[in-house]
Parts: sequence; C-alpha cells; structure tokens
Amino acid sequence: MIDPGKAVKQSTEKPEPPVAGASKLITGAIFGLAFGFLLQKGGVGKFNILIGQLLLQDFTVAKIMLTAIVVGMVGIFILHHFAKVNLHIKPTRIGSNVIGGLFFGAGFALIGYCPGTAAAAIGQGSWDALFGMAGLVAGSWIFAEFSGALKKTVQKWGDMGKVLVPDLMHAPRGIFVAIVAVLLTAGLFVMERIFPR
Amino acid sequence: MNLSRRSPLLISVITLVPVCLANAAEAVDARNYPGPAWSPYIVGACIGVLSWLTFYFSDKPIGASSFYATVAGFIGKLFAKRHVESLAYFKENPPRVGWEFVFVLMAIVGGGIAALTGGEFVNEWIPPMWEARFGDGIALRASVAFGGGILMAFGARMAGGCTSGHGISGTMQLNVASWIAVICFFIGGMAVAFPLFKL
Repeated sequence: MIDPGKAVKQSTEKPEPPVAGASKLITGAIFGLAFGFLLQKGGVGKFNILIGQLLLQDFTVAKIMLTAIVVGMVGIFILHHFAKVNLHIKPTRIGSNVIGGLFFGAGFALIGYCPGTAAAAIGQGSWDALFGMAGLVAGSWIFAEFSGALKKTVQKWGDMGKVLVPDLMHAPRGIFVAIVAVLLTAGLFVMERIFPR
Repeated sequence: MNLSRRSPLLISVITLVPVCLANAAEAVDARNYPGPAWSPYIVGACIGVLSWLTFYFSDKPIGASSFYATVAGFIGKLFAKRHVESLAYFKENPPRVGWEFVFVLMAIVGGGIAALTGGEFVNEWIPPMWEARFGDGIALRASVAFGGGILMAFGARMAGGCTSGHGISGTMQLNVASWIAVICFFIGGMAVAFPLFKL
C-alpha cells in the first residue's frame, strides 16, 4: 500500500472561534449520540463491567476495544490510502505516556468509569459518575496548572514525535495493518474461548 | 514541579487508605452483576465504523477526555480569566464549544436512549458491586470517585488521551503513544483494582 503522504485533506488549523460552526456542532452531536448509545449497549457504562475487566473477570471491555481497533484500523488505513481522511497522530512521549497512563489506570480503578463511559453511565442513571466527572474536571484543571512545568520536564523524556508502529519497525503499512488485523482477530477468538464473558 | 508529580500520588494514597480501612466483608465477583445488552463484537464493530465516519465527515478522531479540560477552562475563566489564559495547556487548547464538547454532551443523551430502550435505566447512586464490597455510604463512594476522577484526568492529559482517544482512536491508527498508554492504563488499573476488590 502506498502512503499518500502526511496531510491529505485541508487541515482545519486556523484560529478557531469560541463556538464552532453549526455543521461541526451538529455532526459532533450526532456522532456523540451514537457513541453514547453504543457504549451503553455494550455495557461499558456499567461499573461492574469496567472493574470486572481490571479484575480479569469480565472481558467485555477488551472485546469491544479490540473489535473496534480491527474494524476501525482496516477502514481508516484504506480511506487514508485513497486520500479520503487524515490520520490524527498524537506525539509519542514515552515518559508522559507511561506515567500518565499509570495515573490514568489507578484513577480508573477508583472511579470505575472512563471519561467517555462516564457520560453513558450518567445517561443510564448511574449518578455516582457525576462525582467522577467533577473529579475529572478538577484533575484537568490541576494538570493545566502544572502544564508549563511538565512541558519542560516529563514531556521531554523519550520524545519521539508523531510515529506509527509500522514506521518504527520499517514495515510497509498495508502489510502491517493486514498482519495486525489477522493477529487481533485470532486473539479475539482465543479470548472468546477462554473468557466467554 | 516535584509537587506536580507527587500530588496525584498523594491523592491516591489519601483516597485509598480510608477505602481499605472501611474495608468490608468478602471479595466480589463482577460476573454476578448484569452483563452487556448487546454482543461486544457488534458494539465494537459499530464503534469501528463510527470512527470511519468521524474521520471522514468531521476530520476528527473519537475522544472524550478533552471535554473535561474544556469545562475546567470555562469554569476557571469565570473566576480567574487572566490566570487561566496564562497556563500553557489553555494557551494551546483554549476552551471552546466545539465538536468534542457536544460529542461528549450528546453521549450522555445517547446513553440515556440506549438504557431506556433496553430497560436498563438504573437510577442509583451506588453501583451494586461497590455496595457489596464497601457498603451503601454515599460519602465514601463520592470521595473515591472524585479522587479517582482527579487522578484519571491528570493522567489522561499527561498521556495525551483516554480510553477513547488513545484506547480506541489512537490504537487503531497504530500510534506508538497510544499502545504504550493503553497498556499502562490497564497495568495501573489492575494494580489498584486487585487490592481494592480482591483482598
């Protein structure tokens, strides 16, 4: 598969007004509605399913995530190949990815929801997610307070820039995507056999 | 700086200690509580397709955690406008009502529709699994969820995303950062969840 290059469509990196245009808001609303609906139907708005994953008792979360990754990955790399979409790659900064990831996980076990599934949880009437959401707002603010200092320190540790796994391994993207899709699908079959729930 | 790295740790200790002290009877099993309404494979595939659509129509990956930073920014600007605008994070990400903002707001509505159509609207303040383990005290549940939320958001902003932005959107693009982050999400989560629910 030939990589058509970095930016394909016009990027929208202009100074943005405080309220986005109506079309952005409407599409965001429709997609958000669908996302919340799917999260609830998938059961990941439920405390016991999320904590159950961390306790390795309930593999619903892993099954949803891995299926979404396989389906999403194949589609997005094909669309990208035909220059229909941009990739949105976040920079790899090993220090902050690891430390931040561990903090996130520790918080995850306490709150029992994620930032996205907390929304679905509120929708289904799990009101304790409101306390978690208040904490999420507070934590975001605390991070912002320290963002200047963190930028000069932790965020510089292991800064590799925007990089994809296949690029790191000098593998052709198309073949790599195909291999990962097959491996993850096989992994899902094995998971379903070992952990029916 | 030092404080910045230690404060989440401190918060976690402060929240964990009373939880362990208030510790209750027996270990709980998540499988004794309701499972998902739909097959996880159908839901996962639909979320994958939804990602194609958000990429194609909105030029955006699915993500949730920045919503909370936006809310924090709006609230902060009410009280200390100049200070908030001086912070590095808000300089790069000024709070605005954009695609991501309405996305999460409407996810609440979507979750509500799903729950009501499936007869799963629970209307409860304490998750039953939590109650079986730690009792029905709302103050304990509220403070642990709040403390967990602080840690989670701090971690999400530091890592650059959450279970949606990294865990789904980033991993499917084979982003190195996302695979590192999502593995660490689960390592950190298991390290806390096991002592919390199994000991």
